Amino acid sequence: MTMNFYAVRAIYVFEMARTGRTLWQSIVSPVISTSLYFVVFGAAMGANITEIGGIAYGAFIVPGLIMLMLLTQSTANASFGIYFPKFTGTIYELLSAPVSALEIALGYVGAAATKSIILGLIILATSWLFVPLKIAHPFWMLAFLVLTAFTFSIWADGFEKLQFIPMLIITPLTFLGGSFYSINVLPPFWQTVSLFNPVVYLVSGFRWSFYEVADVHVGVSLAVTALFLVACLAAVWWIFRTGYRLKS
Amino acid sequence: MQPIISINGLSKTYATGFHALKGIDLEIRRGEIFALLGPNGAGKTTLINIICGIVNLTAGSVTVDGHDIITDYRGARSIIGLVPQELHTDAFESVWATVNFSRGLFGKPKNPAHIEKVLRDLSLWDKKDSKIITLSGGMKRRVLIAKALSHEPDVLFLDEPTAGVDVVLRKGMWQVVRELRASGVTVILTTHYLEEAEEMADRVGVIDKGELVLVEDKAALMRKLGKKQLVLHLQDKLEAIPPALSNYRLSLSEDGRELTYSYDTQSERTGITDLLADLSRGGIRFNDLHTIQSSLEDIFVDLVKSDLVTPDLVTP
Repeated sequence: MTMNFYAVRAIYVFEMARTGRTLWQSIVSPVISTSLYFVVFGAAMGANITEIGGIAYGAFIVPGLIMLMLLTQSTANASFGIYFPKFTGTIYELLSAPVSALEIALGYVGAAATKSIILGLIILATSWLFVPLKIAHPFWMLAFLVLTAFTFSIWADGFEKLQFIPMLIITPLTFLGGSFYSINVLPPFWQTVSLFNPVVYLVSGFRWSFYEVADVHVGVSLAVTALFLVACLAAVWWIFRTGYRLKS
Repeated sequence: MQPIISINGLSKTYATGFHALKGIDLEIRRGEIFALLGPNGAGKTTLINIICGIVNLTAGSVTVDGHDIITDYRGARSIIGLVPQELHTDAFESVWATVNFSRGLFGKPKNPAHIEKVLRDLSLWDKKDSKIITLSGGMKRRVLIAKALSHEPDVLFLDEPTAGVDVVLRKGMWQVVRELRASGVTVILTTHYLEEAEEMADRVGVIDKGELVLVEDKAALMRKLGKKQLVLHLQDKLEAIPPALSNYRLSLSEDGRELTYSYDTQSERTGITDLLADLSRGGIRFNDLHTIQSSLEDIFVDLVKSDLVTPDLVTP
């Protein structure tokens, strides 16, 4: 049977409207907090830090900052979008509607990802106010942005603890994933450990698209990111298919 | 005519081990209003939630207009509208947005004219731009009905539609349901209120402890309801009903001391006066009398409460 595109659109529009209503939390506050990171790490501390890979520290951390916000916001948005109806009970409608797991995921993840992408672009624009940036590969920059936004929006769907996951998993992974440093500065042992952190590949690939400087080869970054996306898609598909924690 | 909903051997056991439904077999006729009665926890909501896809079934099968609810869930669900028992609504969306959302979710293209009609029918049109959080409980319930009707369903489930709704609003909802039925929609409603079932339903089903204990036409039930019995306690034992009284619907108790006359309260002549005159003429005297009316309430209570008085409960 054909897809229920009206449902995908309905969910997407509904979620985007929610973003519109909560514009302040959704867009403005992450921009402010990113600017603060930027002022502290980039301007205040960065002045005393030498260049990394021939790039000024202030400019070096921009991709990392965008990734940090992208990951936390994508997760928070998508998980909120799906689990809030569960808390309020309105999920009955979603469960009783003629929609497949894929359609529900497309609607929610699409909206969360859209929001994250807009957010990423706004942060990028904000960064321009602080440091001179160059984007060597705008297409790949966008590709990483979109891929990451989708991956982490999907990832969020599997978890109920809205604050717990971003705080305990995503934030550490991002900070330790080379957002603010190159993993090449680490001792060899910790470099190897870092390679198990998927965020390393995201940040590295994303940074490459700006400066053509990367911790791991861009092809590997792209492959790992895509693999991660597929794994996350499979997980969310399984959740809706089995009704895990959503249905008794 | 093929039933619109066929339920066969439906059972549900929750993860806690609670056996909510035990082998339910039921057919809902196309275009009827079917009232599902039962005490709290009887399994009414579980039954509805399984048909609508909110709860997974444990055993058995359900088809809606020929669509299996599992293998062809799209076909089944797209023709069902559900008004849940609890007031689960969004808070900050407008009435208009939430009702249109429902229509899209059920796979229908936008149709502002239809949504307008639904909102007008439910007296919600002037609230269409209000945030749901600002509405009263009765209005929220009507918003849920509007959402369920937004995609023009053939089958509408109303789970306790008038719980906590005032009398005026309740009558208004009954009117809406009647109009829906007139337009060909099959309506299944659950209720505690017998009055509601009497007022609305074509057929009544009684569910208790996960079992369907009765399914009957309301008219047949009402005939039982309309029956009344006059019981005469005789002064002297009778061996048999005298031939002179054979025209009356009489029955004699085993000990010969109670004569029971069944009559129809709905008919113009109950025959009580004649019976008493004939008894007097035949020299049959009685020292007491009382009447019994079996109401739907009695039938209901008999059905669901019969096993409540177990020896355990009686022992002090």
